Amino acid sequence: MQYSSQAVAKPYFIAAIGLFVGQILFGLIMGLQYVWGDFLFPEIPFNVARMVHTNLLIVWLLFGFMGAAYYLVPEEAETELASPKLALALFWIFLVAGALTILGYLLVPYSGLAKLTGNDLFPTMGREFLEQPTITKIGIVIVALGFLYNITMTILKGRKTVISLVLLIGLWGLAVFFLFAFFNPANLVLDKFYWWWVVHLWVEGVWELILGSILAFVLIKTTGVDREIIEKWLYVIIAMTLITGIVGTGHHYYWIGTPEYWQWLGSIFSALEPIPFFMMVIFAFNMVNQRRREHPNKAAVLWALGTPVMAFLGAGVWGFMHTLSPVNYYTHGTQITAAHGHMAFYGAYVMVVLAIISYAMPILRGRAAANSPRAQVWEMWSFWLMTISIVFITLFLTGAGILQVWLQRVSENPEPFMVVQEKIALFYWMREVAGVFFLVGLVVYLISFFIGGEEEATA
Amino acid sequence: MSETFTKTMARNIFYGGAVFFFLLFLALTYDTHGELPKRDNRQNLTEKVAMGKMVWEENDCIGCHTLLGEGAYFAPELGNVYKRFGNSKEAIIAFIKSRPAEGVEGRRSMPQFNLSDEELDALAEFLKYTSEINTAGWPPNIQG
Repeated sequence: MQYSSQAVAKPYFIAAIGLFVGQILFGLIMGLQYVWGDFLFPEIPFNVARMVHTNLLIVWLLFGFMGAAYYLVPEEAETELASPKLALALFWIFLVAGALTILGYLLVPYSGLAKLTGNDLFPTMGREFLEQPTITKIGIVIVALGFLYNITMTILKGRKTVISLVLLIGLWGLAVFFLFAFFNPANLVLDKFYWWWVVHLWVEGVWELILGSILAFVLIKTTGVDREIIEKWLYVIIAMTLITGIVGTGHHYYWIGTPEYWQWLGSIFSALEPIPFFMMVIFAFNMVNQRRREHPNKAAVLWALGTPVMAFLGAGVWGFMHTLSPVNYYTHGTQITAAHGHMAFYGAYVMVVLAIISYAMPILRGRAAANSPRAQVWEMWSFWLMTISIVFITLFLTGAGILQVWLQRVSENPEPFMVVQEKIALFYWMREVAGVFFLVGLVVYLISFFIGGEEEATA
Repeated sequence: MSETFTKTMARNIFYGGAVFFFLLFLALTYDTHGELPKRDNRQNLTEKVAMGKMVWEENDCIGCHTLLGEGAYFAPELGNVYKRFGNSKEAIIAFIKSRPAEGVEGRRSMPQFNLSDEELDALAEFLKYTSEINTAGWPPNIQG
């Protein structure tokens, strides 16, 4: 570790992994509820399990992003973090607020939680992914502001690299677009229109800047390729992200009451959204091929190569599959969407956070540049188990989705939703089995942290 | 990438592209705001509909259902449920009221939310208003 203040990244990474485990457990509960309808009913109804599953995902990725920023910004800026104490204080505030929110979901009926937190005074709850009580949302903004202050001040007083600048733009964008979570008009169409300013402009906009920046950092460190080359690639990739992705928001404006020209704009621009992901694949493999050193942390390189590949497949290919409006007319709001969501989130955001954790954690734990080969073997097994499992989860959900679209929307005698759900239950069973394998992969991942030793000779 | 394509050029494409397309997006947003009154059924957006949306949100209905295709995929689409239930608010209210508190053995079942008559009526009114939004012909058929 070059700067002692980088150490604050460690609790962020540990919390991220802990919440990741929770996310997967609730995913398995939901998966089971798909085929065993009254499992845990009425104690944990599906909507509660889903809130916990998706909110934990968002929160642990945010922990991962923050940890990544605290780790890489001092190293890029070549200076200590502006305030490690603030970083640590915000960690505990965010963790406690997050835990209380999740407990609120689980222990109080949602309408009770809304009353308890005064949702009627400032209603923001009850919208997908933005289920948090208004008070929690305000807490998120406060934590984000403190975090951004800390990161911005660090960059301002130190060296300004493209990587830290792009990260900073991404993080500020994340905070700014989150503010639309507070806009909840009674007009449903307007509500939905600006809801996407949080959701789409996050995951298909500014988060990709964060992703690109973290990936570029890990690649510089592990390949030793000249910074100039890597930074040029980073600029081109994120340029394509925003050029395609901003107007690409239109692919959510086909059927929610918005004007029909969005069908053209959304189809054309979002059809181009795979381009930056494809460039990311070329970029990562080129950099590793041109490497000037053999970094002992093979696992980190594996995650860094896996990220763009899976992001391209999940976000790029599976996104393109249903993004054209004539196709989306039939697939909108089906298991096709779920299939895409799972692989895209895993490939783009889960894997990049695991890549930076893989690279940084051995160093944060005072080991040499890498874990022992034995620990790395365990970690690489977890990579393959989780990645192949998510591929199968995605394939099974896609199978379910195709059948659902056919039986419910295309066939001559369209059948009711629940009738169709029963007919495609086999696919949900197979998805659940793949989910169990994912959990096994996650357990292997956890075990890899407890395998001792370090790389003996650093290359 | 070749040497003639410099980092400065890449940077300029990023900043120029991001600013241009964000401004274009803002212009389209402005235009959308002008078009929405013709499509979003705001003439029927009463106090009761607003209350119904609040009931919808405070019970996290979106956690199982889709509404205009957005939400969870565990339970039926509700954007057109008013029409699917024969243009009947009463049918919607009766369905919500009849859900067993302990669920249905082995099957998916909607929880019993114990809504008041006023809340039920508002929620049904909200679903009626939603079904009258111009959604460009979506969903493809009445099954949602």
